[in-house]
Amino acid sequence: MIGANHIVKSYDDELKKLHDALARMSGLAEVQLRSAMEALDKRDSDLASRVMNDDGKVDECEHFVNEQTVRLLALRAPVADDLRMVIASLKVAADLERIADHAANAAKRSLVLNQMPQVSPMRSLVRMGKLVQTLLAEVLGAFLSHDAERALAVRSRDQEVDDLYSSLFREILTYMMEDPRTITSCSHLMFIAKNIERIGDHATNIAEMTYFRVTGRSLNDQRPKRDTSAFEGGVLPE
Amino acid sequence: MSEAALEPQTDAPKMVARDVRVHYGTKLALKGIDLEIPAGQVTALIGPSGCGKSTFLRCLNRMNDTIVGASVTGTVTLDGEPVYGPLKGGMGGIDPVLLRMRVGIVFQKPNPFPKTIYDNVAFGPRIHTLFTDKPDLDRIVETALEKAGLWNEVKDRLHEMGTGLSGGQQQRLCIARAIAVNPEVILMDEPCSALDPIATGKIEELMDELRETYTLVIVTHSMQQAARVSQQTAFFHLGEMIEVGETAQIFTAPSHQLTQGYITGRFG
Ligand SMILES: Nc1ncnc2c1ncn2[C@@H]1O[C@H](COP(=O)(O)OP(=O)(O)OP(=O)(O)O)[C@@H](O)[C@H]1O
Ligand SMILES: [Mg+2]
Repeated sequence: MIGANHIVKSYDDELKKLHDALARMSGLAEVQLRSAMEALDKRDSDLASRVMNDDGKVDECEHFVNEQTVRLLALRAPVADDLRMVIASLKVAADLERIADHAANAAKRSLVLNQMPQVSPMRSLVRMGKLVQTLLAEVLGAFLSHDAERALAVRSRDQEVDDLYSSLFREILTYMMEDPRTITSCSHLMFIAKNIERIGDHATNIAEMTYFRVTGRSLNDQRPKRDTSAFEGGVLPE
Repeated sequence: MSEAALEPQTDAPKMVARDVRVHYGTKLALKGIDLEIPAGQVTALIGPSGCGKSTFLRCLNRMNDTIVGASVTGTVTLDGEPVYGPLKGGMGGIDPVLLRMRVGIVFQKPNPFPKTIYDNVAFGPRIHTLFTDKPDLDRIVETALEKAGLWNEVKDRLHEMGTGLSGGQQQRLCIARAIAVNPEVILMDEPCSALDPIATGKIEELMDELRETYTLVIVTHSMQQAARVSQQTAFFHLGEMIEVGETAQIFTAPSHQLTQGYITGRFG
């Protein structure tokens, strides 16, 4: 990143506003995911309801980022790293909004789960949640500090999430087959697992945007995909 | 796919500059420029005031010969042919008068001669006797004005003074004057800096059409203009060429910090 300021100071102010909005939004999305996982783990319905209510805050942030980027594009005609910053912000904000949606969705299902006896695949789900939280925190740190290396490291770890997801999927299936009374709770777990897996994908998107934002090059080689759960006697909820 | 991959590619560059240095008296204004000008493209030269853009442009058609105290070293070629010869003052290369016919120039301030519109355009063909008879000259004048996008506006007033036209029209008249001698390369030094957005738009549109026939090199202070009209952009700074590349690359991901600082408006 270039250290010097713009000759026109108000331009710096506007870019800073955009950066600050992304930072705020990143923090919110992280809290939403963390709270959703905690609500699930601790069977805390109040916390789950709070996550659902707070989703609006993230949407507001996205709205602000969208307006601010349109404004910058129209009034400043940004180029080079400024342009990449504006484009990346727009895309990352969209990912953060989706991440918060998935968190709110997971929270909503945990409300239902709390009405039923706890089932054991829950432990693996919480573990997967922890991993995705770590990756999200890493990638947002990378994005906000313009660290392409760190972003690449996160991207290379998405496979871990996919592997956990595949094994969790099998675990839940087995569990349901052994005790059909758990089918309802297990299906909810399955959907929550999918929500968390999708958050991992959005973290990967943010990693790729960070790389573009810093280097000006896009990463278009495909990451290897080894998620085989869809072929093992189950229909994978999309 | 990159923008350049879509452009028709002629292999050999139209013009090549190698280690071009220019002194004004003892002051070194250009410190060894290496640049290839691809045929059939618009090359934009950008950089802060005083960095040597105009000086470099003038090297391409030996306009610096006319400046007292200016001396040029290094090589410049046009289709592989040396522009400057080995003799004193660069003599022995392409004849400067012939060179300026093949490599025309349009300046920042529209500078029509104090003559009629017709005579302005006919000026070059007359001194180089590029026509057979009056109808032939009429045709050359019409075609040049047509190509410069000015014909419809002046066809009924060809015998009025060129200086009586609006600024944008005068600039297009100067472009018609440059085109009338059927050049291969057209150099433009900030051709739109005195024009309003509509006249600027017309000239930019014109550049895009002209590059089908000619090779263009333009100097501009408008980043947006460079981005809109050129395929290749070269960034100059303090007499050096810092970076050259495909325009889309320069404006999305320049490789040099100085280029970045300049185009994003962060120059101290
Ligand atoms: N005729 C001249 N005599 C002496 N010095 C000159 C002459 N023309 C240009 N220079 C010097 O050479 C350097 C490059 O000038 P040049 O006109 O090429 O810059 P430029 O990039 O075109 O600037 P601008 O954007 O302001 O037109 C400057 O330092 C200038 O002062
Ligand atoms: Mg100049």
